[in-house]
Amino acid sequence: MKTSGIKPLIWSLGLLTIVQLSLHADMNDDPLLSMVKMDRLEILDDRENTQKWDGSIWIGYDLNKISLYSEGEHTSDGLESSRNELLYTRAIFPYWDIQAGIAYDKSTNASRKWGEVALSGLAPYYFETRAVVLFNAEGNWGLRLDAEYELLLTQKLIITPSLEADFYTKDDPKMHLGSGLSSLEAGVRIRYEFIREFAPYIGVEWEKTFGQTYRFDPINDLHAVFGITFWF
Amino acid sequence: MHRRTFIKGIAATSLITFSATSSSAKNVPETDKTQQVLSGNEFFLEIGYTPVNLTGEPSIATTVNRQLAGPTLVWQEGEVVTLHVTNHLKKSTSIHWHGIILPTHMDGVPGLSFEGIAPGETFTYHFKVQQHGTYWYHSHSDFQEQTGLYGAIVIKPKKKEPFSYDREYTILLSDWSDEKPSTIFKKLKQESHYYNVSRRTLGDFFDEVKTKGFGSAFSDRKMWNEMRMSDRDISDVTGYTYTYLMNGTPASNQFRAQFKKGERIRLRFINASAMTFFDIRIPGLEMKVIAADGNHVKPVNVDEFRIGVAETYDVIVQPRSQKAYAIFAQSIDRSGYALGALTPHTSMDAKAPQMDPRPVLTHVDMGMSMDMSSGGGMKCSSGMMMPNKNKMKSMKFAKMEAHHFPITKLPMKRGVETDMVAPSPQYRLDDPGVGLRNNGRRVLTYADLKNRYSTANFRKPDREIILHLTGNMERFMWSINGIKYADAKPLIFHYGECIRVTFINDTMMNHPMHLHGMWSNLETGDDNRLVRKHTVNVQPGAKISYRVIVDARGRWAFHCHMLYHMAGMFREVRVL
Repeated sequence: MKTSGIKPLIWSLGLLTIVQLSLHADMNDDPLLSMVKMDRLEILDDRENTQKWDGSIWIGYDLNKISLYSEGEHTSDGLESSRNELLYTRAIFPYWDIQAGIAYDKSTNASRKWGEVALSGLAPYYFETRAVVLFNAEGNWGLRLDAEYELLLTQKLIITPSLEADFYTKDDPKMHLGSGLSSLEAGVRIRYEFIREFAPYIGVEWEKTFGQTYRFDPINDLHAVFGITFWF
Repeated sequence: MHRRTFIKGIAATSLITFSATSSSAKNVPETDKTQQVLSGNEFFLEIGYTPVNLTGEPSIATTVNRQLAGPTLVWQEGEVVTLHVTNHLKKSTSIHWHGIILPTHMDGVPGLSFEGIAPGETFTYHFKVQQHGTYWYHSHSDFQEQTGLYGAIVIKPKKKEPFSYDREYTILLSDWSDEKPSTIFKKLKQESHYYNVSRRTLGDFFDEVKTKGFGSAFSDRKMWNEMRMSDRDISDVTGYTYTYLMNGTPASNQFRAQFKKGERIRLRFINASAMTFFDIRIPGLEMKVIAADGNHVKPVNVDEFRIGVAETYDVIVQPRSQKAYAIFAQSIDRSGYALGALTPHTSMDAKAPQMDPRPVLTHVDMGMSMDMSSGGGMKCSSGMMMPNKNKMKSMKFAKMEAHHFPITKLPMKRGVETDMVAPSPQYRLDDPGVGLRNNGRRVLTYADLKNRYSTANFRKPDREIILHLTGNMERFMWSINGIKYADAKPLIFHYGECIRVTFINDTMMNHPMHLHGMWSNLETGDDNRLVRKHTVNVQPGAKISYRVIVDARGRWAFHCHMLYHMAGMFREVRVL
């Protein structure tokens, strides 16, 4: 039986919608709120028509939240991989949250559970930043860095360059991960916000694997992407 | 023993149209088409849901007597009023009489004055009116104020006032949204810049590079970028969702006030908005400001004035031409305006002037001094607009700086809930504020306000408290001294004492601070002319002081009147 990473996400979206409808932010400075954010839901112009998603959900209060992150891809020939995180998020500085919890990576024929600690927030110059430290039972440590910037051409037309880098301390052949710098992903997307909550976009994304990871999975691809971003 | 309450429509507001066209709203009767004025000693106010259409989309408002704005209440100074308020809503409600001096249990703040008015219940307010002037009332429950629960109060004076006029109108300004207030609040928490549709673009940056070169343009941006703040962040909630109303009428319909050529007309301006500051002018007419927050001030002639949320100003104008004058109230961020006409014929419309350019915050608004902005620690210099002759004027307020009273230390927290500290907050009473500086018009400032009557006998303060207005804009959290209401102990005032309250605004937003039950006697440069106010705006990065004679026992609310700041930026004042 094939498990799909996107199904629990869709299921959670539905649940969160119901929860949101039942919440009221009355005269209370810190009501229980939630947010569903699909940063990217896109199709690549490659042979497999790879579909990718990258989103998050949180529910909680100003300073304390439960967060769920999920990103992954899924191709026309049925291959799928995903990374999922379930975290407690605590605001520690005006612009920064610390997060701790568990992560679950799934590749075509293997999976890994990780313990996780992350720092997430807005760096000076408005860089939306996230640094994730992972550790698993095999003694492997991982570091995943993520940064994104928004450049407004107009109030609605917005360019978003992004950069992601993954590092590990050990090789993990089952997961096709090599030690050291494992992969880089750089993208530029341009979106049009019809409303704040919804925007279609086009862009390009370059992905490259390095070192042992490249031997497991030789990737050095530049693709056009088409997608939508939405939140509520 | 009570005079009968009577109802009459103001002719000038006959054009208020609430076309309740939606079929879904048919089960609720249509709103009355005229604005009510109720006067007398006994009033019956019915709070309920009313269908309205202010934007082209049908919506449901919470109203008093099916009116938006609610009926204007006319009281007589020295008389006792009885107000029966019946709640037809599904939720608890309340009415607070804003700026009225009365016993604490009549103040209408759920949780402090009373328990609120439960659905189906009637609460009777009963108190003696001890003042005169222009005030207003509004719900103090949930976000009901945003959805229409407000109205004007006009109190006729016992003695003849020291000015004359031929006619008067109440001009009540407000901001309406078809979005639910809880939705607005949620969106601000999720994405605090949600309603800001004038953020900086790449084009703005290139324009600046063109005019002052890359280095200078970049260094101007540097501080803001490092602080993760935007100099275009003027209002939290804007015309993106708001339709601005004058006496419940959107600009497209124009509220009309009639005049005869040469008449002197008293306009009683009330800002009943949830979140909007307005800049008001009547192009072609000079306005003589005669009262602020209901209290007489030395008359001052201006072309324009800014009215903070919950403030009131009375002005006298004298139109001499047979034409329709625009009563133009643009929102502080220029994202929209309320518009009315001062017109010789109700058929004559006024033409709205162009809105001013969108304002941009400066270092002054961040509470930085001149020295800091030019070559000091923070290098971000060229071409920033400063209030005129800053140095000289800060000398003028040196006396206020020099006041020393025993300071009562209050708990203070600087943590995740505060994102900014004004490094050098100044008394900026003569600063008309962002967007109004050096605009070529005579703009009212707090420094222009002088009590009409001497306050030379005013008591010296026994002590002073310093309240920092704090927040985290990105997370949309607001507090006082870094501590939100839910986590704060009440402020203890002692009956009979005189307290100097000094605010320091450690945020980039205006905060109109409202103390219930007692007057805020504002220092505007002359201690013999302290200005009696109920709501005092603290400008971004600024400092301001006022004196309170603690003459009312009980539990009182003390808070920022920005509706979505209020829940956190709030204190209970307990007078023992």
